[in-house]
Amino acid sequence: MEAILNKVDRRKALVTLLMAVVGIVFLLPFAWMISASFKVEEEVLTFPIQWIPATWNAAANYQEVWTGNLPFFLYYWNSIKVSVLTTITSVTISALAAYGFAKIQFKGREALFLIVLATYMIPPQTLLVTQFLLYRWIGLYDTHTGLILLNSFSVFGTFMLRQFYMGISNEMLESAKIDGAGHFRIFWHIALPLVRPAIATYAILRFIWTWNDYQNPLIFLRSEHLYTIQLGVAAFADAHGSIYSLMMAASVSAIVPLLIVFVIGQKHVIEGIQLGGVKG
Amino acid sequence: MQAEAKSTQVQAVKTRKKKSSLNGGWKENVTGYLFIAPMFIGTSILVIFPIIASIVLSFTNWNFVSGFKAAEFVGLKNFTDLFSNAVFLKSLGNNFLLLLAIPVGLFISLTLAVIINKYVYAKDWFKVIYFMPFISSTVAVAVVFQVLFHPTKGPINQVLMSMGVADPPGWIADVAFSLPSVMIIMIWTSIGFNLIIYLAGLQSIAPELYEAAEMDGASAWYQFSRITIPLVSPTTFLLLVTGLISSFKVFDLIIVLTNGGPANSTLTPVVYLYQQAFLELKTGYASAIALVLFIIIIFITIIQFVGQKKWVNY
Repeated sequence: MEAILNKVDRRKALVTLLMAVVGIVFLLPFAWMISASFKVEEEVLTFPIQWIPATWNAAANYQEVWTGNLPFFLYYWNSIKVSVLTTITSVTISALAAYGFAKIQFKGREALFLIVLATYMIPPQTLLVTQFLLYRWIGLYDTHTGLILLNSFSVFGTFMLRQFYMGISNEMLESAKIDGAGHFRIFWHIALPLVRPAIATYAILRFIWTWNDYQNPLIFLRSEHLYTIQLGVAAFADAHGSIYSLMMAASVSAIVPLLIVFVIGQKHVIEGIQLGGVKG
Repeated sequence: MQAEAKSTQVQAVKTRKKKSSLNGGWKENVTGYLFIAPMFIGTSILVIFPIIASIVLSFTNWNFVSGFKAAEFVGLKNFTDLFSNAVFLKSLGNNFLLLLAIPVGLFISLTLAVIINKYVYAKDWFKVIYFMPFISSTVAVAVVFQVLFHPTKGPINQVLMSMGVADPPGWIADVAFSLPSVMIIMIWTSIGFNLIIYLAGLQSIAPELYEAAEMDGASAWYQFSRITIPLVSPTTFLLLVTGLISSFKVFDLIIVLTNGGPANSTLTPVVYLYQQAFLELKTGYASAIALVLFIIIIFITIIQFVGQKKWVNY
């Protein structure tokens, strides 16, 4: 018996090792990016690839990105502002709507939910032109408020949180009702605390998606002082397209903070996508 | 955006209606409307109104700089122009070629999922590794691959040349290889999502099936092809459809990586729409492109609903 166990474990260990190698190869583009961002320009494309820079130039590269011609601190601040505020408004709006659709019996509920759900089928790009016109007309073009509102009404968030509210037993809410609590109190004191893990998942995902969004800022912002980090990296690549060490330092600046958010919240993110995606 | 849409799609398919036992009354009605009001009003203004306006605009030759008065009803002219325009047809063709990346990506994802599910330690770490490209900034990823794919000096071709490939492809600079380059990046970024969903799907397969197969002496390949593949077919179908739909939404990657070039070899309808609407300022024409895209996606969605019952092997 013990011999068998040992054998199985060894095989598993071997596969794990092989898969680790595959995983490292899979992540090589990131490794290359980080390594290149630490190098002096002349050594970026030397072959064979030097994964550990021969001449360290990290400080100068990152200084050039962050304090050079383009105001990266400002772009960063704009991204943080837009991502945080979008996350807060979107989570609030979705949590309210999801509770309404799951736990309140109002007239036309199914029909209204179906309408909201159906809007998912519309690819966002088909809306760009008219959203752009609308924004220019009502004065939301070239504002952060406009950008935040664009991602605040999420069918995904509403749908996902609704699924979780559905899992709360009605008896629990009924007894609170008998005690005289209204829906707002039930929502705040009972329902919301129960779906906290789902809220965390959605909040992390929303933050990541907003941070990485390039298309909306590209179309709905014009003033450079409003640019987000994604527009900043693209602008930087245009300006320094031939200086690869600097381009990589800019890319690292855009990717790494998010990778950290993800690695910290990975359990929430992965479980959330699995739960929402498959078990439904 | 794309990721979000993908997940929603996956979820939407799984909707189940359940009745709440909390009973109505006018107070219940008003409270209900208050709870959903922000979401519903926002969606109406930012999605429902724009899609209707977009349909109307697609029958005009308007450009938004010249004001509403200059708008003229032109009937189906935008659409006939569109389908006799070689550039637009090329972009549609490119997008259909991009679809080839999806089955390849799914096969890789499923293979990895099977291995990670059963044969490795530290599963969670593998999930994190493969998920990283999916949550990374597309702009930064595109910038990195621009350098990696550099035809003469890029690391990828340097490695190929050192392995004896005398004339490696020019990747994004080469008309014949630019679209495959985009596909490679698309596969690389989508494996994480597909893998996670596949892992959840694999967990629902009863282990007894494999035990029985093993007792009968079935090989690993036999188990994979005769048990795993048929039993995850609902997941595969779902991921295939969401993949098809999201391939019509690829924007950030192409804009930053190639901007549709060289020689329109990576132009897709979405990128073309962007160029027509915001660079050429042809509002009506761009709305017509939007409508065509919309119809394609609706069409795929209908196939999904029909196909789900017919082709999926439970």
